Amino acid sequence: MSVKSRIPLILLACGSFNPITNMHMRLFELARDHLHQTGLETMAYGISFSCCHNSFRCPSVQRGKRQGRYQVIEGIMSPVNDDYRKKGLVSARHRIAMAKLALETSDWIRVDPWETEQESWTETVKVLRHHYNELQSKKEFMKNKQPTERSTENFLSSQCSALPELKLLCGADFLQTFQTPNLWKKEHIQEILEQFGLVCISRAGSDPAQYINESELLTKFQHNIFLVKEWIQNEISSTQIRYALSRGLSVKYLIPDSVIAYIAYHNIYTEESEQKNEGDLLQPLKLHNTAM
Amino acid sequence: MAMEDPDRKTEVVLLACGSFNPITNMHLRLFELAKDYLHETGKYKVIKGIISPVGDAYKKKGLISADHRVTMAKLATNSSDWVEVDDWESSQSEWLETVKVLRHHHEKLSSPDTTISLQNALPLTKPGRKRKQEPNRHDPIKKKNQSPDGKNVPQVKLLCGSDVLESFGIPNLWKLEDITEIIQNYGLVCISRAGNSIQKFIYESDILWKYKNNIHLVEEWITNDISSTKIRRALRRGQSIRYLVPDVVRAYIEKNDLYSLESEDRNAGVTLAPLQKNASDSKN
Repeated sequence: MSVKSRIPLILLACGSFNPITNMHMRLFELARDHLHQTGLETMAYGISFSCCHNSFRCPSVQRGKRQGRYQVIEGIMSPVNDDYRKKGLVSARHRIAMAKLALETSDWIRVDPWETEQESWTETVKVLRHHYNELQSKKEFMKNKQPTERSTENFLSSQCSALPELKLLCGADFLQTFQTPNLWKKEHIQEILEQFGLVCISRAGSDPAQYINESELLTKFQHNIFLVKEWIQNEISSTQIRYALSRGLSVKYLIPDSVIAYIAYHNIYTEESEQKNEGDLLQPLKLHNTAM
Repeated sequence: MAMEDPDRKTEVVLLACGSFNPITNMHLRLFELAKDYLHETGKYKVIKGIISPVGDAYKKKGLISADHRVTMAKLATNSSDWVEVDDWESSQSEWLETVKVLRHHHEKLSSPDTTISLQNALPLTKPGRKRKQEPNRHDPIKKKNQSPDGKNVPQVKLLCGSDVLESFGIPNLWKLEDITEIIQNYGLVCISRAGNSIQKFIYESDILWKYKNNIHLVEEWITNDISSTKIRRALRRGQSIRYLVPDVVRAYIEKNDLYSLESEDRNAGVTLAPLQKNASDSKN
């Protein structure tokens, strides 16, 4: 399958990124590898597994590269608005700056500030809709333009290729949050699964297939949920990073050096910053409570 | 007149031996974790970290040339102001037991020339100014002269993961007298995953139990399983290793096309050097 006939795909990750860590960036790399190496034969069941016991015998393998159905053309990191009110959430200005520093060396992942620029917290489905609309308007704009270096524009300017698919990139714990009362609207979950799709990274030992199985809604749209297993465990949570920083412990090699320097220079994470929003209700819970 | 400083801490140099095939973020984390841990005890001051890649004569399966492994380790430690790479071990023509590498570095640190050069390398504080408690600053060595009993010589400790400690139990891999010398004369700083059974392992070994005060167990709460084996596997399969190894190392591997099916087959069927050596020694 040539690159041109593959479906272009954009990965969108929403989250606090408080701060961004090497693990966040790994999610993108894992997702891309998986989508590029997923063969057609596994698509029928909707749940594809990371390759690949057959890699050494498969004739189409050249140094491990298999022909997948998708071509991942972009990764977008969308930090959440300050209005999310999560405990310890530092200003979006800093979280965006740190993500930018971290992604300097990446040629396909970028940070998008749209969510942080809104007046209030935005439901995830609306963020997806926004970025999809952007894609559509870009395609219109690019129709008559010459293709440039950036692969997104290459695809958008091509007359025969389809509009890229936009999928939400997340960890397996994200699937679980669908069950948290009042955190999600049911129709939003449906729209996310039906119109967009999920690429869900899980670590060895956890079983996201089970969450899917236990939910009628998830089961219905399982063909649009890509499960990727992370065999190299690297669980660097932002919370642990903040703990370490507040205790004067090293976080080198867990987050990029440039981000460490930024945090030190601006003295971002302190006992005080960790107390921010203490006692406040998380914004999505507040919204859905008042709606009832 | 020199006064004994009541706050005097024991100076420590951390030495990590291993294949580093290739070096990963996990290897580098071991140093950071060990340093933080020792500083938190209030009794130690870590002044240097040394990465000593094993020589090619080790004959481990998949082991690529020491030149590359040393270069990658050097690239990886460029951004560190206290961890460095030493190629003495890898430039020996025969495989060396770990205890010999420890002895070598201890002797090197004991020599007067080294003491003086260490002094010159460290930042000086002005006399009379009170030193603030900054855990990551390196204090200067106060005494200029080497006392005859070598009291000022920093201690060299072996830094390792729990897998190394547990490998003490593999027949013919280690000599008992070497293990004894390592933990008795030098000491271990052993990083293990939270919940690991390493304490049980120490309990069940008489020699380890005897010197358990010289074995510092550091728990790593952030699960970090970035083994070189998995990195090589990912590379063979055309998968990304970004954010698992320093970017300069990733670029170097890519540029030199270091790891492949062929490289993984190196030394296939060959007996590991320590096993060969200890087996033939025991026959005599």
